[in-house]
Amino acid sequence: MTFLDVRDLRVHFPTDDGVVKSVDGLSFQLERGRTLGIVGESGSGKSVTSLAIMGLHRGRRTAISGQILLNDEDLVTADPEYVRRLRGKTMAMIFQDPLSAMHPYYTVGNQIIEAYRVHNNVSRRVARKHAIDMLDRVGIPQPASRVDDYPHQFSGGMRQRAMIAMALCCDPELLIADEPTTALDVTVQAQILDLIRDLQNEFNSAVIIITHDLGVVAELADDILVMYAGRAVEKGPAAEIFDAPQHPYTWGLLGSMPRLDRERATRLLPIKGTPPSLINPPPGCPFHPRCAFAGQVGAACATVRPELDDMADGTAGEHSLACHLTADERAVLWDTDVRPRL
Amino acid sequence: MTAYVLRRILAAVLMLFVVSLVTFGIFFLVPRLAGQTVDQLAAQYVGRNPDPVQIHAIEVKLGFDQPLYVQYGRFVKAILFGADYQNGPDVSHCPAPCFGYSFRNQQPVWPQMMNALPVTGSLAIGAAILWLVAGVSIGVLSALKRGSFFDRAAMTIALGGVSLPIFFTALIALALFRDTLQVFPDAGSYIPFLSNPFRWAEALVLPWVTLAFLYAALYARLTRAGMLETMGEDFIRTARAKGLPERTVVLKHGLRASLAPITTIFGMDLGLLVGGAVLTETAFSLPGLGQFAINAINNNDLPEIMGVTMLAGFFVVVANLVVDLLYAVIDPRVRFS
Repeated sequence: MTFLDVRDLRVHFPTDDGVVKSVDGLSFQLERGRTLGIVGESGSGKSVTSLAIMGLHRGRRTAISGQILLNDEDLVTADPEYVRRLRGKTMAMIFQDPLSAMHPYYTVGNQIIEAYRVHNNVSRRVARKHAIDMLDRVGIPQPASRVDDYPHQFSGGMRQRAMIAMALCCDPELLIADEPTTALDVTVQAQILDLIRDLQNEFNSAVIIITHDLGVVAELADDILVMYAGRAVEKGPAAEIFDAPQHPYTWGLLGSMPRLDRERATRLLPIKGTPPSLINPPPGCPFHPRCAFAGQVGAACATVRPELDDMADGTAGEHSLACHLTADERAVLWDTDVRPRL
Repeated sequence: MTAYVLRRILAAVLMLFVVSLVTFGIFFLVPRLAGQTVDQLAAQYVGRNPDPVQIHAIEVKLGFDQPLYVQYGRFVKAILFGADYQNGPDVSHCPAPCFGYSFRNQQPVWPQMMNALPVTGSLAIGAAILWLVAGVSIGVLSALKRGSFFDRAAMTIALGGVSLPIFFTALIALALFRDTLQVFPDAGSYIPFLSNPFRWAEALVLPWVTLAFLYAALYARLTRAGMLETMGEDFIRTARAKGLPERTVVLKHGLRASLAPITTIFGMDLGLLVGGAVLTETAFSLPGLGQFAINAINNNDLPEIMGVTMLAGFFVVVANLVVDLLYAVIDPRVRFS
């Protein structure tokens, strides 16, 4: 039995301009103790995916289909009240901006106590003690007095630690971190990532980390899923994605990454253009209008949508890809054109 | 926190001082700047066909012959310590707080205002409770069921409520409920609470509802807008992610955050109303501060106009002080900065 099994997930939002297909046929699996990094630009469907798993996708008109199997229980068709009881207990989430994600009018302690007591029938005193323990565990100094502080009295890094304490207070089996370090400065980023890894080891939870920052997933993830226009374009073990990325979009993401070990004079290689419309995605491969290598394949890129398949050349069992380029073409491009510029 | 409270109280006292200065200035300085002479001012107090000797006597008696700062000093001193007024051969003592002596009515201003205050207070506070409860709950429901039939109906009625003037709704209410249906026979008069609490309430139901209708409409729209904004905030998503029941999410997390601006406006509205709900009092013949002010203006009774202006200013300042303090209770960020 797979712990989390997402099958052909589609999340569509009807709007006045047409149906926005934020997530359009996404599948992946995740086991406990493993970390999956979901990478992609803004608007690629990363956050919508995580909200859909949590049952937090907004609106009565949102159309969601496919399956989200958590411990073999389908969350898509489940009673919302059932999913509500799983939230915070079995699955928890950390958000991007810890200042706006915490209620400004309640103390940090009260917000953790509330999260704990909604799932555990304990007195306020016991819950408060637990809140202090959690704050201590995530490395907040003097937790017994800081527990009564308000979020605005915490620094950015401490707020994110407090958010993590709140998310982990009921020992969730699944932790989703949506851009957990984007709003933090780099030294704090590293601490927070360390903390997530340590706590994951301690609780043996499954972690999904959503980010556009490849440095973050390099740090944490066992597996990586690259999303583009609501779909997975490349999926595989983290080491392989970094050593031998196969999809031109992944190449583009790697090229856009600033690196310290490079001459300042070398320019970054941004991916040209903007993310596609999710209402009328380009025909064929959604990435083809921005793909530097689309010309090499010919008409197929603009007409036939490539499916996410295990790579035929068998370089790795779990590495899969959605691209019309053949393995040989990719190998040549990677060696001669892409790699030297990274 | 203590420092914050002290600062706010100090600011309120300062504000009251400014109010007194401005009020005094408007009634004594501005007419002079506009060219009115002291004689003309005094002539208002003499009666018909005044002769110059009488006018001069009044000038001296009321202190108009003194420099303005002396007059202002007397005005403030009277408020703080009381004053004596010559009234023909007798001397009338006007105890503190003395807001002057109305020579037209032959009585001090303060007790008259204190007679009118309970009327306006009953009207304003009763209506305020009604509109706050009704407005906020309708606003919350509308926001949660945005776009539903309830929302559309409530917002249409609210638009009507905001647009219809009090003197129109009041007359319709009186004609319908008092005259045709005869449910509130005492409406259109004021019965003191202490003489008969039941009839006090019965006479006030229509004014309460009429006044509250106007404000409830406004508050429903305000609350709806505030809730719609708050419910889209990140911390609401966090509250849901914690697995809280939707009820808790809405009331504890959503409403609490939307209440701050409503508190501000509520304080201002209530403060203004206690200083005189002119239209409502007139429409329902309630002898409150609003009526008192209208009569004072019609009679050109300067001490009464100044008194009621100062009193209304006092209520607005106090209401603002209470709002500031409440704000600190609602929003901890105010307390600690």
